[in-house]
Amino acid sequence: MNVIETNQLTKRFGTFTAVDRISFEVGEGEIFGFLGANGAGKTTAMRMLCGLSVPTSGEAHVAGFDVYKEAEKIKSHIGYMSQKFSLYGDLKVWENIRLFGGIYGLSTRQLAVKTDELLELLDLKGERNTLVNALPLGWKQKLAFSVAVIHEPRIVFLDEPTGGVDPVTRRQFWELIYQAAERHITVFVTTHYMDEAEYCNRVSIMVDGCIKALDSPSGLKTTFQVTNMNDVFHMLARKAKRGE
Amino acid sequence: MKQLSSFVRKEFYHIFRDKRTMAILLVMPILEIILFGYAITTEIKSTPFAVLDETRNELTTKIVDRFDASEYFALYQVVNTRDEAEHLFRQGKIRMLIVFPPQFASSQDASVQLLADATDPNEATQITAYAKQLIAESGQWKVNAAVQQSGGIRPVVHLLYNPQMKGAYNFVPGVMGLILILICALMTSVGIVKEKEMGTMEVLLVSPIKPVFIILAKALPYLLLSLVNIATILLLSYFLLKVPIAGSLLLLVSISLLYALVSLCLGLLISTIADTQQAAMLISAMALMLPVILLSGMMFPIENMPWILQWLSHIVPAKWYIIAVKDVMIKGLGFTAVWREVAILFLMVVVLIALSVKRFKIRLE
Amino acid sequence: MKADKGILVDHVSKAYGNVKALQDISLHIREGELFGLIGPDGAGKTTLFRILTTLLLADSGSASVCGLDVIRDYKRIRCRVGYMPGRFSLYQDLTVEENLKFFATVFNTTIEANYDLIRDIYCQIEPFKERKAGKLSGGMKQKLALCCALIHKPDVLFLDEPTTGVDPVSRVEFWNMLDGLKAQGITILVSTPYMDEASRSDRIALMRDGRCLTVNTPDGIRETYQRPLFAMRAKDMYKLLLDLRAFSQTYSCYSFGDAHHLTLNEKSITSGDGQIELQMLHKYLKEKGHEGVMMEKIAPTIEDCFMALQTEG
Repeated sequence: MNVIETNQLTKRFGTFTAVDRISFEVGEGEIFGFLGANGAGKTTAMRMLCGLSVPTSGEAHVAGFDVYKEAEKIKSHIGYMSQKFSLYGDLKVWENIRLFGGIYGLSTRQLAVKTDELLELLDLKGERNTLVNALPLGWKQKLAFSVAVIHEPRIVFLDEPTGGVDPVTRRQFWELIYQAAERHITVFVTTHYMDEAEYCNRVSIMVDGCIKALDSPSGLKTTFQVTNMNDVFHMLARKAKRGE
Repeated sequence: MKQLSSFVRKEFYHIFRDKRTMAILLVMPILEIILFGYAITTEIKSTPFAVLDETRNELTTKIVDRFDASEYFALYQVVNTRDEAEHLFRQGKIRMLIVFPPQFASSQDASVQLLADATDPNEATQITAYAKQLIAESGQWKVNAAVQQSGGIRPVVHLLYNPQMKGAYNFVPGVMGLILILICALMTSVGIVKEKEMGTMEVLLVSPIKPVFIILAKALPYLLLSLVNIATILLLSYFLLKVPIAGSLLLLVSISLLYALVSLCLGLLISTIADTQQAAMLISAMALMLPVILLSGMMFPIENMPWILQWLSHIVPAKWYIIAVKDVMIKGLGFTAVWREVAILFLMVVVLIALSVKRFKIRLE
Repeated sequence: MKADKGILVDHVSKAYGNVKALQDISLHIREGELFGLIGPDGAGKTTLFRILTTLLLADSGSASVCGLDVIRDYKRIRCRVGYMPGRFSLYQDLTVEENLKFFATVFNTTIEANYDLIRDIYCQIEPFKERKAGKLSGGMKQKLALCCALIHKPDVLFLDEPTTGVDPVSRVEFWNMLDGLKAQGITILVSTPYMDEASRSDRIALMRDGRCLTVNTPDGIRETYQRPLFAMRAKDMYKLLLDLRAFSQTYSCYSFGDAHHLTLNEKSITSGDGQIELQMLHKYLKEKGHEGVMMEKIAPTIEDCFMALQTEG
C-alpha cells in the first residue's frame, strides 16, 4: 500500500496558488526526494502532507489517513525533522530522547532500551549528558534523525536536514537514511545538495507550484540527456517564473 | 497523559536552565511583596506641620504639643506670618498649617484653622481627619464653659491648591511620568536591540556612519513622539479632566522634555545590556515601570515609606519629575521652586550618557 | 609602499569560553583575488569575517585589510569595505529601493554614483523595487544585499555564506556575478559550506573546527591527493558501499551521488593505472554478487580532498 497518495492537491492563499494540483504516490520503504527552488511550493506541500495545513482542494492520504479528516492521526504516525529545528538545545542528549520518545508514545521500558541502542549506534555514549547545544551540528542532526524515527513510523519527513553539515557527517547521515529505508520506513526528504538527490529511489522537482518532473534519478538524466542531477535541476528551474 | 507530563517536565527544564528568567521569576515576587508591604501604606506618619499662633497661651501650646507628640504629626516650624507658611507649603516642607486666631477660645468662638495641602487628596483627607480627631478628643482641653457649650474647639479645614480634592491633580503628573518613561526608555531600547537581533547592526557598524548617529537616529523619533504625547496628555487633562495649568506652560514642557531625555538615556543604557528584544522589554518593565509606579510618589506617598525605600526613590527620575510637574502645573510655581529637581534630572542625563557611551560597543562582543 | 588592497591574517586565534573558534590562522589574500573560505558550520568562517571587518577582537595575532590594522585603523577600514553578513541583513519592512537608498546615504554616496558597478545585478531586481524586502525570495534578497554592499565601490568585499539556503540555480548566478565584480578589481573574500563552489575561486582555504587545513588554488589542492581514486557504480548501491568498505585495500569509500568514490591505500600503487587493483576489485565484487559493476579512475574533487584532510586530522 502506498504511504503517500495525492490527487490534484492544491493550496491557495488568496489569489496566489502555492501548490497547483500535484498528484503522485510514494511507496513503502522508498527514499523519495522532493526538490524545487525556494518559493516553488515545497514547504507548503510538505506541511499539507504532515497534517499541519489544510489543503484548499484535492485529495491526499498519508500513512493511510486522510489529510482533511485525520490530520491528528497522521501526526502521530510520522516522524519529522527540519534544518531549523530538530532538538531542544538546552536539554541533554538523553533528555531529548526521552522527551520525544514519550511524545511518540513509547513506554518507559522501551525508552530505556531505545536510548541505549541509539547512543550506541551513533557512537554518542560519552555524550549522554551533554547539552545538545554543545554538540557539533553534524552530530546534532544525526541524533535528531534517530529521534525522529525512534517510534518506527511508517514515514519520516526531512526538511533540508543536512544544510551546513560537513561532508563526512553528511554522508553518515544518509547512511542512517538507508538503514531506515531497510527497516521499511519511507523517507521523504528535501535538499539543496544535488548529489543527495542521486541517493533517492525517485525524485520529484517542483517548479512554480507544479511537479514538472518525477522519476528515478537515472530516468531523469536520460530524459533530459544530461549526466547528473545538477544539470537536470538547472534545466527545469531556469524556466521558473517564480524566482521572484 | 504521558505526553503531557513529558512536556511539562521539558518546560521546567527550559525555565530552570535560563538563569536570568529564573532570577526574575523567583526574586521579583519577593521584592514586590516587600515593596508592597512597606510602600502601600495609607497610614500617615510624622506629617510635618507648621503653626501660626496669634494667641500664644497655655491652651494653644498644649494643643500644639499634643499634635507634636502624636505619631502622625511632627512640628516643623512655628511661623509668624502667613507668607512664611505659604513659602513652606510651596517648598513642600509642610503639609498642614494650624492657625490659632487672636484670642482663641476666649469667647464663644473657638475655631482653629487647619490648612492642608490637597495636591494629593487622599493624603489631605487623612491628615485633616486625624487632625480633627485629635482636636475633638474633648475633655483634654481646659476651655471655658461658653466654649464647651458651643461644642468645644472647632477645626475649620481649608484645602490648598486643590480645593475640590480632584484625584486627577495627583495622578496626571504621575501618568505623564509613566508614559514618558515607557515610550522613551522602552521603545528606544527595543528599537536598538531589534537592530542587533536582525543583524543589520553589523552592517551599520561596518560603515562610515558614526555609532553616535545610529543612537541619535534611534532616539530622535521617540523624543518627538513623546512631545506629541505630552501635548495630548496636557490637552486632555486640561479640557477633559479640568486640571488647570497654573504655572508656565513653557516651563512645564521644558521639564517634560528634560525628563524624556533622561528616559531616552535609560533606554540607551538598557540596550547595551539586553541582547534580545524580549530581554529589553523585560528589563524595561521590571527596572522602570515598577519603580515609577511604586517609588515615584505617584500612587503612594514616599514620606510614609521606610527610609531605605525613601532613599531608593531618590534615584527614580520620575519622582523628581512628578514633584516638578506638580509644583508648576498645580501650585503654579516658577523655575526658582523647581531648580533643584531640574538640576537633579540634568545630572541624571549626564551620568546616564556617560555610562551608556562607556558601555556602547563599537564592536560586536 | 603601494596601496595594498589585500588582506593579511597573521596567527589569529579566538575562543568563546571553551570553544576554540579560530586556532592560529594565517592567510594572505592578494589584491583583486577571489578567495574562498570553504568549510562546514563551526569552521570559524564567520568569526574570521567579523575579526577582519573589525567587529570582533582576536584573542591573539594580528590582521590588516588594505594595509590598515583591524584594531587601530578600524574606522578607515569600515569606510572602505563592503560587508554582507549571513542572513542577508536587510530591512524587511523597507522596499528594495528604500534599502538601497538608505545604505547609499550611510556610505555618503548615491545610487547613481556607482551605478555601473551594480547595474548588472540590480537590473534583475529592479522590476521589484517597490516590493518590501521581506517579501522577496532568497535569490532576490541575495542580489539586493550584494548591491547594498557594493553601493560605495568598496576596495574589499566580505561575503559571509551568501549562497547558504539558496537554490542551486541562484547559487550559480551569484558566482557569475562575483566573476563580474572581480573583473572590476575588487578583492573578494567569500565563505561557503558548498564544496562545489570552491572551484570558482582563484584560491581557497579549507577550514574545519577553527583550523585551516590547507590553502591553495583548487587545482593545487586536487594535485595533493595522493591515493588512487575510483568512481564505482553497481545495481545495488548501498550494498556496494558496504562491500567496498570491507575490501582489504580500501582506504575510504564514500557515496558521491550517483557513484561511490573509492580511495585505495597508497601502498597499493604499483603500475600507473592501477590495473592490478582494479582486477582484484572486479573479482571481489563478483564474488559478492554485484551486477552492473562500473568503475573508472577519476580525478579528485575538492570535496574528496576536504574529506581526506578532515579524517587525517
